[in-house]
Amino acid sequence: MIAALATLLLFQLIGEALAQLSGLPIPGPVIGMLLLALLLGLRRHVPSTLGQVADTLLSHLSLLFVPAGVGVIQYLGRFADEWPAIVAALLLSTLLSIAMTALAMRAVLHYLKRRDGSNVRG
Amino acid sequence: MDKSLIEIWVYLATQPLLWLCITLLAYLCGHWAFRRSGQHPLCNPVLIAIALIGGLLGLTATPYARYFAGAQFVHFLLGPATVALAIPLFRHWAEVRRLWLPLLAGLLAGSSTAALSAMGIAMLAGASRSTVLSLAPKSVTTPVAMGIAEKIGGLPSLTAVLVILTGIVGAVAGPTLLRWMRIDEQEVQGFAIGVAAHGIGTARAFQIGGLCGAFAGLAIGLNALLTAVLVPLLVRLAGI
Repeated sequence: MIAALATLLLFQLIGEALAQLSGLPIPGPVIGMLLLALLLGLRRHVPSTLGQVADTLLSHLSLLFVPAGVGVIQYLGRFADEWPAIVAALLLSTLLSIAMTALAMRAVLHYLKRRDGSNVRG
Repeated sequence: MDKSLIEIWVYLATQPLLWLCITLLAYLCGHWAFRRSGQHPLCNPVLIAIALIGGLLGLTATPYARYFAGAQFVHFLLGPATVALAIPLFRHWAEVRRLWLPLLAGLLAGSSTAALSAMGIAMLAGASRSTVLSLAPKSVTTPVAMGIAEKIGGLPSLTAVLVILTGIVGAVAGPTLLRWMRIDEQEVQGFAIGVAAHGIGTARAFQIGGLCGAFAGLAIGLNALLTAVLVPLLVRLAGI
């Protein structure tokens, strides 16, 4: 388990270092995620403890957002002043974004299906 | 008796341990309520935990910085948890490769819609400039969103809060919206929720299924990359 935790932290560290070095606006942990996925892809295998630790962390992912979310108490004044705009933007924009992602994916999936279908017939 | 209780409180309230315990307990309460309600979307564990802790901080007049001194140990785990998304990504790599074109289309559509509509709606509804700019990266995972906000002149800590609220909206309403749209492929559901509602949406997607969660996790990373490039450009072009 320690080895698995060390692996995750090490890849985060490498990611942070690369993010700093490259000056890219990509966060370190995201680079770490991509590198670890690449390594796993090359090895074609996930060590079982690494899989268990990852599953444990990810099954309680939402807990990890609580500390930052409590920060809302610092902005109660702003929310009191601008709540209609903030609520409208958050609700509508989030729903629109989900809908647009799903519609775009479905449109391309349908296009691919039609194209592959006509290839088969042709 | 009363006096010594107050003294104990005064001592404990300055220690990280108290707020760390309260964070975990509040989340457990939220999780319990979520399960008891038959996983009702409005009983979102994060929402309940934030309301409980926020209320307690208000009642005890505890500043956020003191709370965060304890809660940072939980917050820190966001980094390794993000790296851990590599594992479901690897497990479902065959599906990701097969679907790369629809994923790319969904990412471009969802990412630009999130940023443009958030800024547009907030501006139309009369929000201040700093609120509009803080809203722009709201669909991106917290650490990246804060970096983007700083770059374009928003308030990073306000962005962190807006990101969490966005995640809660996506987690609460996303699955219902997708069901209503008759989208039943788990790959599409997961990716759409992940693009719009990052990690909190991903946590919800994992409850729908492992495949759904893997695609949501993939979307977090991809949307972080794209938004980090797109939003500063959009802000400059729009001249906000």
